[in-house]
Amino acid sequence: MKTVERQFTTISGVPIEPVYGPEDPGPENQAPLPDAGEFPYTRGIHRDMYGGKLWTMRQFSGFATPEETNRRYHYLLEQGQTGLSVAFDLPTLMGYDADHPMSAGEVGKCGAAVSSLEDMEILFRGIPLGEVTVSMTINSPAAVLWAMYLAVAEQQGVDWRRLSGTLQNDILKEYIAQKEYIFPPRQSMRLVTDTIEFGASHTPKFNPISISGYHIREAGSTAVQELAFTLRDGMEYVDWAVERGLAIDDFAPRLSFFFNAHSDFFEEIAKYRAARKIWAMVMKERYGARSERSLKLRFHAQTAGCSLTWQQPYNNVVRTTLQAMAAVLGGAQSLHTNSLDEAYALPGEHAVTIALRTQQVLAYESGLAGAVDPLGGSYFLEKLTTETEAAANRYIRRIDEMGGMIPAIEAGFPQTEIAAASYRYQREVEAQERVVVGVNRFQSDDQPIELLHIDETSARHQEAKLAALRARRDNSKVDRALDQLKRAAEGTENTMPRLLDAVRAYATLGEICDALRAVFGTYTETARL
Amino acid sequence: MAPADRMTKPIRVLVAKPGLDGHDRGAKVIARALRDAGMEVIYTGLRQTPEMIVNAALQEDVQVIGLSILSGAHNAIVPRVMELLRQKDMADVKVIVGGIVPDEDAESLKRQGVAAVFQPGASLEAIVSFIRGAVG
Repeated sequence: MKTVERQFTTISGVPIEPVYGPEDPGPENQAPLPDAGEFPYTRGIHRDMYGGKLWTMRQFSGFATPEETNRRYHYLLEQGQTGLSVAFDLPTLMGYDADHPMSAGEVGKCGAAVSSLEDMEILFRGIPLGEVTVSMTINSPAAVLWAMYLAVAEQQGVDWRRLSGTLQNDILKEYIAQKEYIFPPRQSMRLVTDTIEFGASHTPKFNPISISGYHIREAGSTAVQELAFTLRDGMEYVDWAVERGLAIDDFAPRLSFFFNAHSDFFEEIAKYRAARKIWAMVMKERYGARSERSLKLRFHAQTAGCSLTWQQPYNNVVRTTLQAMAAVLGGAQSLHTNSLDEAYALPGEHAVTIALRTQQVLAYESGLAGAVDPLGGSYFLEKLTTETEAAANRYIRRIDEMGGMIPAIEAGFPQTEIAAASYRYQREVEAQERVVVGVNRFQSDDQPIELLHIDETSARHQEAKLAALRARRDNSKVDRALDQLKRAAEGTENTMPRLLDAVRAYATLGEICDALRAVFGTYTETARL
Repeated sequence: MAPADRMTKPIRVLVAKPGLDGHDRGAKVIARALRDAGMEVIYTGLRQTPEMIVNAALQEDVQVIGLSILSGAHNAIVPRVMELLRQKDMADVKVIVGGIVPDEDAESLKRQGVAAVFQPGASLEAIVSFIRGAVG
């Protein structure tokens, strides 16, 4: 067997020298780096970082019915979690009701099933939306779910201006990586721009979008690809909002980001530092942003689901801890730590508690939260940061030359770059050039773990609730609201007010998305290898 | 098929992503690995119903169907594919499943006629050899 005792490249394939010295960061970095809190924010967006406020511990969570997920939220908040993050099931992500034929076998499996405002009311029962920040992982039908969320806040008597949280709403990375899209790219971008515009005037503390590299990385990209495609996606959203007539400083401060925290410790920290620097430069030079808040890249991080192994699952706790350390040392504003059982299923309560405790140990016992950017000035890290930045900028220029991210997506450019990187990595694992502990080396018998099972009773429960809702509501009101929504979608007015009317009338997610499908059409990707 | 044909004609495989799951990393890696191993691979792309998959298998005259499912919907989707294959007299087509399939579900799928289930961490080589052994 070929043995590899030392790794000579990062997990993304970037060559690493055995030792770095003062000459390595390069002549452009010989001047002292600006402090954290100073442009271009390579070292962090706040001067005192976690001394001012710890990162938000936000575990992504949702399974089965809204009733069961609501119970999990109460549990997580009691355990000291400081924010909520909603996982929706695949039918919800794809704009289908739980009783649609395409939903068969999928209801509640990958997240909570939410088909109507009634489900959203149940999801947040007993949770004060004016106090708890909520992140929602929803993309193609994000505007619809956000309308439901705003309607629940309204019922709770919470002023929308007080609402704080994040809508993922990043459709571009769906075409690139996660592939949960409904409408064609330009129609989708119109909906995203509607939410950004609506948010700028109605929800000043809510992030209408979380521009996400996480899924790009999970699809097998390198760290540089994750960074470059995400930031270029961000520029595309900015272009559309500016085109809509919004002033850059009126919406840019509410653009948020979401990155992966993968296994290569230093490469990840370099990625976060480069991300802040590139975004600050782009906002200032490309878009002429003047407000400091527009220049500061704020991000959520999640440890790498794709790094978790089915074999010897307890090792996943160690992987997650190291990845979370990279996110903290890289200056994340909020963090999700994966549970040890997530190569198998959605996490059980025991596993998710360990994942949350991991963050609490890092925050309160390790000293990591003390000084800001404690690795700044390391010859190696500075060199890696500079290289990552340069490589990401090369990709960004290529996409600019293609006419932007939508033409690049239509040409399959980011998709094929990622597929090639993912295949290269798998070949290296196969050849044992890359060691995955417990999988291709150091194998042993697996320790069985307890798993969360979601059976079909959730689907039956959701179907029954939908049938009762359809019988109970004022269907003529629903029809009127859907007609008005269609007219808005056909024209150029912002769709958010019409979506709010439709969800308040208890039109279901599937009905609303069908109305939009009728106007916008649907998207099918050309199958490429 | 005569042994001489087997030596010259490459194995034909349909790689399919059924259901709503959009996670296609695994399906694409497997498709490329099978192609690099000399097989003819047809990749369906995303969101295929069991009917679409079986029709594609019939039209493309494949010996193997590979289903990649990471969403937990395998118990709803795979039995339907097996049933359609029986109805269309295609029971000789080998069906293999890859993805997040717990042990007990894997056993149950095999009892329903699935040739093999490959769980996370399975090597590309193991999948290639299995197909060669099953079809060759």
